[in-house]
Amino acid sequence: MNTALRTPRVAGLGALALVLALAPLSFPNAYFYDVAVNALFNAIVCVGLNLLIGYGGQISLGHAGFFALGAYGSAILTTRFGLPPLAAMLASAAAVGLLAFAVGRPILRLKGHYLAMATLGIGIIIHIVLKTESWLTGGPDGMGVDPFRVAGLEVAGDRMWYWVAAALLLLAVWVALNLIDSPLGRALRAVHGSETGAEVVGVDTGRYKMLVFVVSAVFASLVGSLFAHKNGFITPDIGSFFRSIELVTMVVLGGMASTFGAVLGAFILTLLPQLLAAFEDYEAMVLGAIMMGTMIFMPKGLLPSLALLLARRKGGEARP
Amino acid sequence: MRAFVKWGVAALAAMTAGLGAGAAPAAEPVKIGAFLSVTGPASFLGEPEKKTLEMYVGRLNKEGGVEGRKIELVIYDDAGAPDKAATFAKRLIQNDGVDLIIGGTTTGTSMAAIKVIEPAAVPFISLAGGIDIVEPVKKWVFKTPHTDRMAAEKVFADMKKRGITKVAMISEDAGFGKSGHDQSLKVAPLYGIEIVADEVYSPKDPDVTAQLTKIKNTPGVQAVFNFGFGQGPAIVTKNFKQIGMSVPFYQSHGVASKKYIELSGDASEGVRLPAAGLVVAEQLPATDPQKPVVTAFKKDYETAFKSEVSTFAGHAYDGLQMALAAIKRAGSTDKAKVRDEIEKTSGYVGTGGLVSMSPTDHMGLSHAAFHMVEIRKGDWLLSD
Repeated sequence: MNTALRTPRVAGLGALALVLALAPLSFPNAYFYDVAVNALFNAIVCVGLNLLIGYGGQISLGHAGFFALGAYGSAILTTRFGLPPLAAMLASAAAVGLLAFAVGRPILRLKGHYLAMATLGIGIIIHIVLKTESWLTGGPDGMGVDPFRVAGLEVAGDRMWYWVAAALLLLAVWVALNLIDSPLGRALRAVHGSETGAEVVGVDTGRYKMLVFVVSAVFASLVGSLFAHKNGFITPDIGSFFRSIELVTMVVLGGMASTFGAVLGAFILTLLPQLLAAFEDYEAMVLGAIMMGTMIFMPKGLLPSLALLLARRKGGEARP
Repeated sequence: MRAFVKWGVAALAAMTAGLGAGAAPAAEPVKIGAFLSVTGPASFLGEPEKKTLEMYVGRLNKEGGVEGRKIELVIYDDAGAPDKAATFAKRLIQNDGVDLIIGGTTTGTSMAAIKVIEPAAVPFISLAGGIDIVEPVKKWVFKTPHTDRMAAEKVFADMKKRGITKVAMISEDAGFGKSGHDQSLKVAPLYGIEIVADEVYSPKDPDVTAQLTKIKNTPGVQAVFNFGFGQGPAIVTKNFKQIGMSVPFYQSHGVASKKYIELSGDASEGVRLPAAGLVVAEQLPATDPQKPVVTAFKKDYETAFKSEVSTFAGHAYDGLQMALAAIKRAGSTDKAKVRDEIEKTSGYVGTGGLVSMSPTDHMGLSHAAFHMVEIRKGDWLLSD
């Protein structure tokens, strides 16, 4: 059922590392580093979100909210309370993890897509709070954030951020692949396949869904913190409902239940608007057409569909 | 898996190659970058700004450009979102390599972009009203419109003349409206004015009846002052009429566009606001030094676009003219030299008024060019 699973992890990771290492050679100027860092950040969030959507079989419509909480948590704790960035980042992530736990616990005991509704609400509440509590968050005008410093070292400039983000993406992919291959991953796939079936064979479905939901929220929060430090300026719109949808779209476009697919989806949807900026007024239309085409002709997502296509052409010989 | 990887690599390579091909090497023309809110809640400010820049750059290029060099204009639409504005500012500087940046339709987008522009040392002329943009003075940042504080002062002076002392404020919760609100509270006591009610709304709110009802029920309110721009004030004006309020109603210069009158319909009758001379060009006395400039610009704009000119188009015009004059005086597009020359702008007669900048004043406008205007039968009437 799942091809990505049975292949050596090392090959995929190695290829991703190679791509990340070589990509800067084609960057003509610093702006491309900036775009690339954003793509990498999105990719990390999507790798986390893919665990939930692709393996847990649940949809979260509030991940931008967790991302924004991480960003604002870091921003507020460092600028207003003088906490070191690393501590602020971990504190925010812990808080987001707790929040996800509190939200997920009652809901994930239910079957069906109740989580989508709950996270939709949470995301919107977070967005509204960030927008209206201007004494703390600066309101819709946003707030400034200091650079990321750890042990006297400052992460500064888009080039340095690129390498940091690339390393973190590799780490995130490695964690995700290991998680999928662990007993937890197998339990999750069983849940995705048939929840009742999984329960019958003794899988504590609620607990596993819970765990993966918390992990994906923490991923989003950590990246949110880094994003805040890197950008130096954040507005509540990073936590808008639209952003949540965008993240889900990245995962679905790249290919659900495929970690590398999630990465690819994040890269494409971050870079595409940049390329399409040349179309000016038609940008949204072209983007929409691409999305629709993909969904109609490749309903499984880009990477799995392409792999299937390739396998078929080779006469099934490459098919494991 | 190998298949996955191959495809992944190919797709990524194609993507990065595509990105790489998009960037052209720096060429001869003078490159002016702009990020404007062409769409979104501030579109009736940003759109005329974009059209104005395009029209004048096109015309100048036909006449041979500036200093014998063509002008290349790069415009991005930030849709009024501060984070997008900051990204586009970065793109203009790092990817497009512009010599100068005009833009920031709103105070929010300008402030966000300044965080990127100031460290990159590129001259920047903002088209937004907030006083925070030029106060404290930032080395590379200038702006063309009157500040929110000047608008508040002008409005309060007018109220004082009419014997109004108790005023209710309703303002937008972000950017220009918020900054204007804060400035209003600061200067109100100087004119003997007491703010007896203070309400806010969000630019995308479809209805503000609740806030206005609260104001209506506040005892002693003699006038209402709305600080905001874009569609918000039009909604406030409509609701104001709908709930049957009849006290004098004031707006800021953030609505000095025919679009505002169109959007609010009959409800705008009798609204008073401070505005630059441009909207009442024909009514200005012949002795006004601004008269020839504003009538010429009004004619240019209205013949080209068949729609009525707004002060926002004027802000863009002023920004472009001052930038080009500075480039001419500097004799090059050397960023530091151009910046110095913009700061030396003196006696420039623009649509906003007489501009004389200095190292301590990066806007250079005085109160003199601000007129009190009243809306009568869907048109502007110069009242002072």
